[in-house]
Amino acid sequence: MRTIQAVAWKEIQVYFGTPTAYIVGMIFLALTGIVFAIGVVPSENNPFPEATLGSFFTWTSLFLIFLPPALTMRLLAEEQKLGTIELLLTSPVRDWEIILGKYLASFAFLLAMLALTLYYPVLLYVFAEPDPGPLYAGYLGLILYGAAALAIGMLTSTITSNQIVALIVGIGVIGALYVVHFSTDIVGGIASVLISEIGFQAHYEDFGRGVIDTKHVVYFLSVTAVFLFLAIRALEFRRWR
Amino acid sequence: MEDQNKNDIMIQATDLTHFYGPRPAIEEVNFGVKRGEILGFLGPNGAGKTTTMRILTGFMPPTEGKVTLADYDVVEQSLEVRKRIGYLPETVPLHTEMQVTNYLKYMGTLRGMPGRQIKRRVDDVIDVCRLQDYHKTIIGKLSKGFRQRVGIAQAILHEPEVLVLDEPTIGIDPIQVVETRRLIQELGREQTVVLSSHILPEVNMICERVLIIHEGHIVAEDTPSNLAQRLQGVDQLQVEVGGPVQEVLSVLRRVPGVTEVSQRYNQGRNVFVVQVQEGQDLRDEISRAIVSNGWSLLSMQLVSMSLEDIFLRLTTHEEL
Repeated sequence: MRTIQAVAWKEIQVYFGTPTAYIVGMIFLALTGIVFAIGVVPSENNPFPEATLGSFFTWTSLFLIFLPPALTMRLLAEEQKLGTIELLLTSPVRDWEIILGKYLASFAFLLAMLALTLYYPVLLYVFAEPDPGPLYAGYLGLILYGAAALAIGMLTSTITSNQIVALIVGIGVIGALYVVHFSTDIVGGIASVLISEIGFQAHYEDFGRGVIDTKHVVYFLSVTAVFLFLAIRALEFRRWR
Repeated sequence: MEDQNKNDIMIQATDLTHFYGPRPAIEEVNFGVKRGEILGFLGPNGAGKTTTMRILTGFMPPTEGKVTLADYDVVEQSLEVRKRIGYLPETVPLHTEMQVTNYLKYMGTLRGMPGRQIKRRVDDVIDVCRLQDYHKTIIGKLSKGFRQRVGIAQAILHEPEVLVLDEPTIGIDPIQVVETRRLIQELGREQTVVLSSHILPEVNMICERVLIIHEGHIVAEDTPSNLAQRLQGVDQLQVEVGGPVQEVLSVLRRVPGVTEVSQRYNQGRNVFVVQVQEGQDLRDEISRAIVSNGWSLLSMQLVSMSLEDIFLRLTTHEEL
């Protein structure tokens, strides 16, 4: 437990000790700020907007294709590049403790960034009376979706010593799971159900409507678990190469 | 009891073989290290030193063979082994964005040291490795020599039973080399040390026993002084003689201690290659035999045997 903490704490310190995190955080806040404003500020197309975060939740799910792999790309790829993995893997730390520690650090950073967006709902409460249900559910959806995406990023960072490769492959996998939903119309039948169930969209949408379905929660937790498991196996495997 | 412990086997490697692709980096390597011993691996680059050390430290498993450290199997009980070792990899990989003290604390926690012990030991190793002026410096800004010290500091931080040091003095300046060697010798009083080097005098100075490793095989194993003696023994002589070939051959073959004589022409000169029994110096006898037959002795040269051959390749001369 202490070693997981040590690994996580070290990574959190690196996040906040280097400019990367601030840049990523700044871009994230700028983008989400814009989409939030588009959703709630009256305009020609939308003269009477509702006091919801619907637009924010929809768009942020798109940003979460790119953000999590940017947070995780360094975590193991850099250790492999610098060779510090040699000291990490020869310390009395289990492989799953390494993966979990680093994962928790990236998850904590994601939570911190999502926490910064909480001033959007606060603004809603100040100027209107939003329905709290979709807000809670929407944030839960974002957290679960982000957790799954980070796990995918952990795997791609483990299999390469090149951070850019880790980032691009991560974006590719998360992006594929994000858009696979749109191909359901092409195939039809049982295959379309299957494809829809595999992708993020079908499971994410309900949260934005204020519905917390156990099925969707289990889906995201499963994706997270599967990819973390694969990352641990990948780390074990690299000993045998 | 203390003395008995001294003779305990700390590390036992049996038939270690490791393949990178189709080529073996090491092949059927066997050795043992006693508790408290300082063992040196001597060999040229690419001989298999780093591979052997990576297997010892549990970084990667051998393709074949078995290593035990303090009676724990390096592959099966890797965690127990890793608790007992301190490791300095050849490239000294460090987290360049961290401060020295923070890095050492982090490594201490990874090694499962309790908080109070970490605090005390970090102060200790910063003293021992003379990092006092740099304990708040970002590692990335340190020079190679100081990074090496940080590398050694993290290796000895948790007072491991076994220290594995891969080329501990490579790339640092001469004064630091001397300091590092003294430090290793001091550590070797309490701990078992396995180090690698491609510098013969260095191994000579620090180690109690030397393994010479060449192209993945252990080609010699002895104390440094015994090895040096063996190398000084004359095993082969090249003699250039002005005289009839057949007669010279038969005279040389009759010199006691000579095992074999062959003759060849080298750029028009008449050269005899004389093999002698190991450890014997027959230069005196041979020259007398030639001169007393009325032939002229034009030159006599010691020729390196295979072991010395290896040594020549691996003993890069030290700039000290």
